[in-house]
Amino acid sequence: MSQATTAVQKEQHSEHHQELSFLYKYILPLDHKIIGMQYIFTGLIMAVIGGYFAYAFRMQLAFPGEIVPLYGLVGPGEYNMLVTNHGTIMIFWVAMPVLIAGFGNYIIPLMIGCDDMVFPRLNRLSYQIFLASALVLILSFFVKGGGFGGAWTAYPPLSSVAEYSLTDWGSSLWLLAVALEFVSFLLGGINFITTTMNSRAPGMKMMDIPIAVWFIVIAVILFMASVGPLIAGAVMLFMDQRIGTSFFLPSGGGDPLLWQHLFWFFGHPEVYVVLLPTMGIVADIITVFARKKLFGYRTVLYTAFATGGLSFVVWAHHQFIAGIDPRMANVFVVTTVLISIPLAEMMFCYIATLYGGSIQFTTPMLWGLGFLAAFLIGGVTGIYLGASAIDVYFHDSYFVIAHFHYTFFPITIIGMFAALTYWFPKMFGRMMNETLGKIHFWGTFIPFNCLFLPLFLLGLAGQNRRVYNFLNYPDLARQELHDLRVFATMSLVVMLLFQFVFIYNFFVSMFFGKKAPNNPWEANSLEWSIPSPPPHGNFKTLPSVYRGPYEYSVPGRESDYWPQNEPPKK
Amino acid sequence: MKKSSNQTVFLTTSEVSLSNTSPRHKPPISNGILGMTIFIVTEAMFFAALISAYLVIRSGQDEWPPWGQPRLPIETTAINTIILVASGVFMFFSHKLFKKNKIIEGHRLMGISILLGSFFLIAQGREWLELIEFGLTVSSSVYGGLFYLIIGAHGFHVLGTILVLLYYWQKLKNSKNQIELENIFPFQILWYFVVIVWPILYTLIYLN
Repeated sequence: MSQATTAVQKEQHSEHHQELSFLYKYILPLDHKIIGMQYIFTGLIMAVIGGYFAYAFRMQLAFPGEIVPLYGLVGPGEYNMLVTNHGTIMIFWVAMPVLIAGFGNYIIPLMIGCDDMVFPRLNRLSYQIFLASALVLILSFFVKGGGFGGAWTAYPPLSSVAEYSLTDWGSSLWLLAVALEFVSFLLGGINFITTTMNSRAPGMKMMDIPIAVWFIVIAVILFMASVGPLIAGAVMLFMDQRIGTSFFLPSGGGDPLLWQHLFWFFGHPEVYVVLLPTMGIVADIITVFARKKLFGYRTVLYTAFATGGLSFVVWAHHQFIAGIDPRMANVFVVTTVLISIPLAEMMFCYIATLYGGSIQFTTPMLWGLGFLAAFLIGGVTGIYLGASAIDVYFHDSYFVIAHFHYTFFPITIIGMFAALTYWFPKMFGRMMNETLGKIHFWGTFIPFNCLFLPLFLLGLAGQNRRVYNFLNYPDLARQELHDLRVFATMSLVVMLLFQFVFIYNFFVSMFFGKKAPNNPWEANSLEWSIPSPPPHGNFKTLPSVYRGPYEYSVPGRESDYWPQNEPPKK
Repeated sequence: MKKSSNQTVFLTTSEVSLSNTSPRHKPPISNGILGMTIFIVTEAMFFAALISAYLVIRSGQDEWPPWGQPRLPIETTAINTIILVASGVFMFFSHKLFKKNKIIEGHRLMGISILLGSFFLIAQGREWLELIEFGLTVSSSVYGGLFYLIIGAHGFHVLGTILVLLYYWQKLKNSKNQIELENIFPFQILWYFVVIVWPILYTLIYLN
């Protein structure tokens, strides 16, 4: 029986190796590398939209009522729409497609040594549904009434009744886009887990899998286990909006708090769903550029399991002032503070990896270190917010905004740049310009801090989120507070301008950069043993794996790295 | 690039295609079944959310089912439940026969199972039509909304799974090819899931 299967697969495979037309190679590909790049490029385009929205509403906050250059006038309803969709886009259409779907697709088969995902057609379908979801979301900005403005958490009844939200079709299309996006990642997730479990190169044991792959897989497992309730909630909200049910409407016997539970049951694991891929990618980057073995491979892995498990029992810390039982709030305070222990441990392992290493400050390494530094601030401020006694005062203030931007910005943007600069030679076969890369790093990292540190102060001063003009409030209109707002907005503009350096570097290097060798960073994992860019089918011959991915500077060896597929000397 | 794979002497690897299974050791769980298992975990969470939504909303009401709403047909649905469970049992034995390589017998049992499943679906559809006539609609009360949401979600799963099973049943009828079985097994497992969820929903929603 297995012989018959093999024969058929062989036949399918030879079919696979024909020269493909442009349409099948780039528009309807089955190759995981092209699908990964489709995800990454779609995510980058969506990031531009998300950044543009951020620019528009930050300008409104700094210069209320004035015409924003390149945008126009931002009214109150439009402000809400911009804020809502900025959040939605950055989390669901940038962080997830780029870090999980994009890099997951690109690196998982390369790092575990196989030719493609196990379900290539499912993979292609997953991208197509994702593209459809992005188009539906963009469409929602242009329907009558404009895009949805009820915040990315979409709390009912604001999100379920058109008379309240004033965006009848905008909110339905927004919900449809989010639901489609989940279906897309569901299909992708099945692929990632199955591929990693079943298609590893011979000799690659569970503990030889690079942390980047492990963490993407753990993230996907979290996603798969938590997304069901939100899909159920989305269906219910959609029915409330369109066919007159009242699941979340108290007037009809429903319960608005139910949506918050369903949303945050997904929403909090989601934080770790986007965090873990970046954490994993950074683990790979810092070991390569510190030329040192990862400190505590197993510890890092187990802390990720612990984080994942705990992330399912912390969701109500988003609802401390939503009217939940204070005794229940205490339980969630404990679990929330508890979850910082495995993450802190992971952080210490990373710092211990750096300690005593021969660190090379290449661009990817700068991004990796930048991630650790910035995420540390995000993590530590989270402990304050996790305690209900403090959160009652900080809730919905700019302190919260500053906190989660100190987590999400490092995860999404810094992590994305770390991964892009690290795998760029493999993806496009050319090296990026290091000088421009470093200019871009500092031009992003310094303004990022100048942008969000003032928001902590504004939050402590009592500035509420989701207000479109603070000058209407005498307490918040004080000059010293407004100066901070203007400073933050100016920092954002500077940061956005520096992104042009990256765009220039990216496209010029893609076509005219120095040719990249197979292994420019002298790294161990399998993707560096094949040509850059990898050919269709990846590995000419099936690699065999002899050791873990982090054998750097092993005593007694001439070179300071030891590729996973290099046979041991007899 | 170093050619490390000369190690694997038994394969002239450069000619042999690098399909995911052939040169590797056979994975303990096949790709299809592992993928389906992960999918079922998500589905289980989906139904768990629907059930918890039902319980939360019910606990907030004084009277359940609300006054003036039609009662659900407990007896006919009980018979229908037995039919669906029987379908699951037939599918289970069909799976066993397939594993013993008795394709023709397994194919027959699978057909009976699909037939019973379709009967279940049609009976549920009739029940819906009657309930709508009696005034239970999605907007008549939150009770009606929940009923149609949960039973409908399950109904969609029955329909979808039956269509896929029917497709493969048809293909197997023509080819009698064992390779088809690799495709069928995951969906048989999905069918077990769809069958097992139903008695839970029946107990919860009909027998409250």
